[in-house]
Amino acid sequence: MTEKKTNHLVDDHDEDGVDRRGFLSCMAWAGTGAFFLMQGGVLKSYSLSRLPAGVPSSGELSFVQISDSHMGFNKPANEDVVGTLKTAVDRINALGTRPEFMLHTGDISHLSRAEEFDTVDQVLKGASTNSVFFVPGEHDVLEDDGKQYLERYGKGAKGNGWYSFDHKGAHFIGLVNVMNLKAGGLGTLGGDQIAWLRDDVSRLKHSTPIVVFAHIPLWTVYPEWGWGTEDSAQALAVLKKFGSVTVLNGHIHQTMQKVEGNVTFHTAASTAFPQPKPGEAASPGPMKVPADQLKSILGITDVTVARGRHALAIVDSALA
Amino acid sequence: MSKTVLTNGVFLAALAIGVAGVGRTVTAVPAGTQPAADATAVKIDNFTFGPADVTVKAGSTITWTNHDDIPHTVVSMDKAFKSKVLDTDDHFSFTFASIGTYTYYCSIHPKMTGKVVVK
Repeated sequence: MTEKKTNHLVDDHDEDGVDRRGFLSCMAWAGTGAFFLMQGGVLKSYSLSRLPAGVPSSGELSFVQISDSHMGFNKPANEDVVGTLKTAVDRINALGTRPEFMLHTGDISHLSRAEEFDTVDQVLKGASTNSVFFVPGEHDVLEDDGKQYLERYGKGAKGNGWYSFDHKGAHFIGLVNVMNLKAGGLGTLGGDQIAWLRDDVSRLKHSTPIVVFAHIPLWTVYPEWGWGTEDSAQALAVLKKFGSVTVLNGHIHQTMQKVEGNVTFHTAASTAFPQPKPGEAASPGPMKVPADQLKSILGITDVTVARGRHALAIVDSALA
Repeated sequence: MSKTVLTNGVFLAALAIGVAGVGRTVTAVPAGTQPAADATAVKIDNFTFGPADVTVKAGSTITWTNHDDIPHTVVSMDKAFKSKVLDTDDHFSFTFASIGTYTYYCSIHPKMTGKVVVK
């Protein structure tokens, strides 16, 4: 991503909706490798290959995000999703700063099968992080309205699996927007979850850094392909009073980011297979790329929270 | 309105009729003009039901087949029918006993919608 494109995004003060041209121009494939740093609500990005001196590489809190493992997928776009997930774990273990925990933003499995969840759990045990926090993707709640998902990953969670926790002064919120999808519609949070969110953040100081993670983007990436959440604006309105809000999503199998006021939106790459850029294919189905390029467009996201500056540094790393 | 539970053998037979019926009915006759024959096939391709709108006679069986590398479902909005999750090349059949208009969607990718008119 070039500095020019970053400036274009930072200069976008249109807050009445989504500036599609703006974020499309800032879309990055993980394979290019990008380092994102937000300070005072202003996002700067750098190519991983030319990190300037003085960019903080660690803070008081760092964590890593992975997404869309799609365990069980075995089509030509990637016939070895176990192997690429293992590579992601290797990359996490090789990071200079050991992340304190991992976020998995859904589509753990491809078909909600027990053995698929088992395999992911087994592979992630090899990661150096202490714990993994999950939110479900639509592929994790097939057939049983998420019952199995909740039994495995939702202990202590509310409703369909939403929850929050505090870590070193930052407040993390896992949201569920893949349940009860309506015909013709997008992802949905629902009134109960938004009411819970309002209550959950009511006790927090406005200076508390907020990190929201959910599967489907909480911003409208491309509604024609269902890449958005229909009631996300209500959730974001609840978070408007906070000085630093970072929203981490998956679902679209490519990295993309956007800044709107104090909110930074970021989507992570898949560890399994890439999907096309919005509108650049007949459908959002798996994209087949030459085998030697596959790992360059799968990846992990490394996030560092730098306290005092309300800053989050987000680094996307390709698997190769 | 009754859901027909098909055994494997019956299911395959219905599917074979459905495949044979494609060229003769759905693609050759504009939807809505003449009811199709007894069995009709709907393809799921590129996150789309094709044809999205189908008109059939009461008693007809429609078979949906998923040709995508991603699973889909076929769920009617009034809960008249609901498939299991269809992985690649999986099929779902439903026999429409009663006349009416049945709108349906994929519950995993709700942007995918279709309609069956039974005359």
